[in-house]
Amino acid sequence: MSGLALQNVVKEFGAFKAVNDVDLTVPHGTFVCMLGPSGCGKTTLLRMIAGLDLPTSGAIRLDGEDITHVPTHKRNLGMVFQSLALFPHLTVGENIAYPLRIRGAPKEDQKKRVEDLLSMIHLTGYADRPVSKLSGGQRQRVAIARALAISPKLFLLDEPLSALDAKLREAMQVELRQLQQKLGITTIVVTHDQREAMTMADTVVVMSGGEIRQAASPIEIYRRPADSFVADFIGQTNLIEAESDTLNHVTVLGQPVPGLQLPPGAAKATISIRPEDVHLTAPGGGALTGTVTFVRDLGGTIETFVEVAGRQIVAVSTPRARPEVTVGQEVGVALTPDVCVVLRK
Amino acid sequence: MRREPPQTFGDYSPLLFPAAMLTIFFVVPFGTMIAVSFFQRQQGGFYTPAFVFDNYARFLSAFFGGVLGFSLMMAIAVAICCVVLALPFTYLLTRMARRVQIVWLVALLSILSLSEVIIGFAWSTLFSRTAGITNILVALGLMGEAKALTPSFAAVLTGMVYQAFPYTVLVLFPALVRLDPTLTEAARTLGASPLRAFFTVVVPALRNTIVATLIMVFIFALGSYLLPQLLGRPQHWTLSVLITDQAIYQSNMPFAAAMAVFLVLVTLGLVALTVIAGRKGEAA
Ligand SMILES: Nc1ncnc2c1ncn2[C@@H]1O[C@H](COP(=O)(O)OP(=O)(O)OP(=O)(O)O)[C@@H](O)[C@H]1O
Ligand SMILES: [Mg+2]
Repeated sequence: MSGLALQNVVKEFGAFKAVNDVDLTVPHGTFVCMLGPSGCGKTTLLRMIAGLDLPTSGAIRLDGEDITHVPTHKRNLGMVFQSLALFPHLTVGENIAYPLRIRGAPKEDQKKRVEDLLSMIHLTGYADRPVSKLSGGQRQRVAIARALAISPKLFLLDEPLSALDAKLREAMQVELRQLQQKLGITTIVVTHDQREAMTMADTVVVMSGGEIRQAASPIEIYRRPADSFVADFIGQTNLIEAESDTLNHVTVLGQPVPGLQLPPGAAKATISIRPEDVHLTAPGGGALTGTVTFVRDLGGTIETFVEVAGRQIVAVSTPRARPEVTVGQEVGVALTPDVCVVLRK
Repeated sequence: MRREPPQTFGDYSPLLFPAAMLTIFFVVPFGTMIAVSFFQRQQGGFYTPAFVFDNYARFLSAFFGGVLGFSLMMAIAVAICCVVLALPFTYLLTRMARRVQIVWLVALLSILSLSEVIIGFAWSTLFSRTAGITNILVALGLMGEAKALTPSFAAVLTGMVYQAFPYTVLVLFPALVRLDPTLTEAARTLGASPLRAFFTVVVPALRNTIVATLIMVFIFALGSYLLPQLLGRPQHWTLSVLITDQAIYQSNMPFAAAMAVFLVLVTLGLVALTVIAGRKGEAA
């Protein structure tokens, strides 16, 4: 199979399992974002893929070949570090040419390749600058160009954009994605910004506690989260307990919701419903009845907080679709069954 | 952080104390020495104030020229050996666990507490025929029979490198600790083996530190005057030995002072050259 495969990869630091039994296949040319809270093992996993750390057990395969014990410098990869790790004693051009020089490429080829890469990252004419004289965003691009100089089989980035301000970060996300699509390189980006992951990735891998919770396309992760951790971590959501009686009549917060089904045999489950999927209606008619406790008008969107049987439910709507509600008013909260996600326990 | 340059006399006041110390303990004695180097020597160990060039003239002979050349060569050899040994050693040391680092640094510091005399005698015992390391090699069957390794140039070099090595490590250590470890990791991901990463990233990134360390060890080694006598033959004696000899045993202060002044000037010249060459290399 062409692409990257992680098989039962485990990494222990002493008694602590930083990465626990990770299985993942990344088809050739895919853009993967690894997402998760701090300390969940993303960097550790990336370093093992790069060969900078050795897995305690398990295998890493690239294009069908077991590379678990292949040293880093023989893996032909490109990696961008969080600190960028540009060589301070070399100029921009020399930094980008470093992997070519190490491989003994002829001087003219190096020069030509550096020029191509500089134009690709919109820094034509910067070859002779010292790296210390660049802005943060420019350094970022130089680090990316250096990692791509040999057209690597794998392109790995550890929180590459975290040092940039919000505007530049969004611009770089789009640029990085376009670049990757143009070059068709299998790319793995570590991030803890879920917007970044949603913007760039073909596949989002959500991790927590050293394990993969879900690996799927951004829209599927958003629409069909596998568990309450993923649902809560990706975007905003309402997590509500639902109960089912023997006749499979489902009640949510003590009120019946016709049409909603729990998995067979499950008496209780958590359902996730995105705020934008919550519709406020008149009370009755199959909707939950609740009281509006707070309205937050953000201009572009309006968040309405409704209390149903002691639970807070958030509904988001645009000003045009805005239902006329005021604090203290009794409203109906419609939970349309096909937008409710029943989460596994 | 940007700072204002000092404006008033008061802004310079923190410098007063070091300036005073420097004057009392360096400028005054060195000035005295320069003055003495022009004095006239009297038979019987005294000298009278004068302004003669005899001392310098006597120094400009083939013999003393040879000794000066040997001293400089010896100091350069010691500096290069120390840095070549200490750089990889310190690099590996900074990558070890904190506890291991402390053990090593304490061991190195304890070498610093040894006087030159003790180091000299210890090595002359180790290099001797009767009690030296060759006996171990014989016991291991690697050598036919024990032999004396001292006096010799190699013995002097070993002793001096041993003496200067801890200083070298201690000077290199902070710079290597501060070096971002992801630089070498980046080099490895870009296709450099650990060894090539060391030579293409660590060494060039620390160029200035390495040059400064070379100069420091060079100057340190120039001042060594006991080890060449304890471990070497007379032809391995450095200028420092001759200066001591003239000053203490021959009681010829003016001549000793002249040699010392000359040694300082040559040393300063060499250091300046190194610094200028370093600047040029940087600009290129
Ligand atoms: N060399 C090490 N020795 C011991 N524990 C380590 C080591 N490296 C990482 N860990 C531990 O492994 C866990 C995962 O670390 P890792 O750096 O992979 O987290 P991360 O997901 O990248 O977090 P962040 O988003 O903060 O960068 C952490 O709890 C960390 O303390
Ligand atoms: Mg990390």
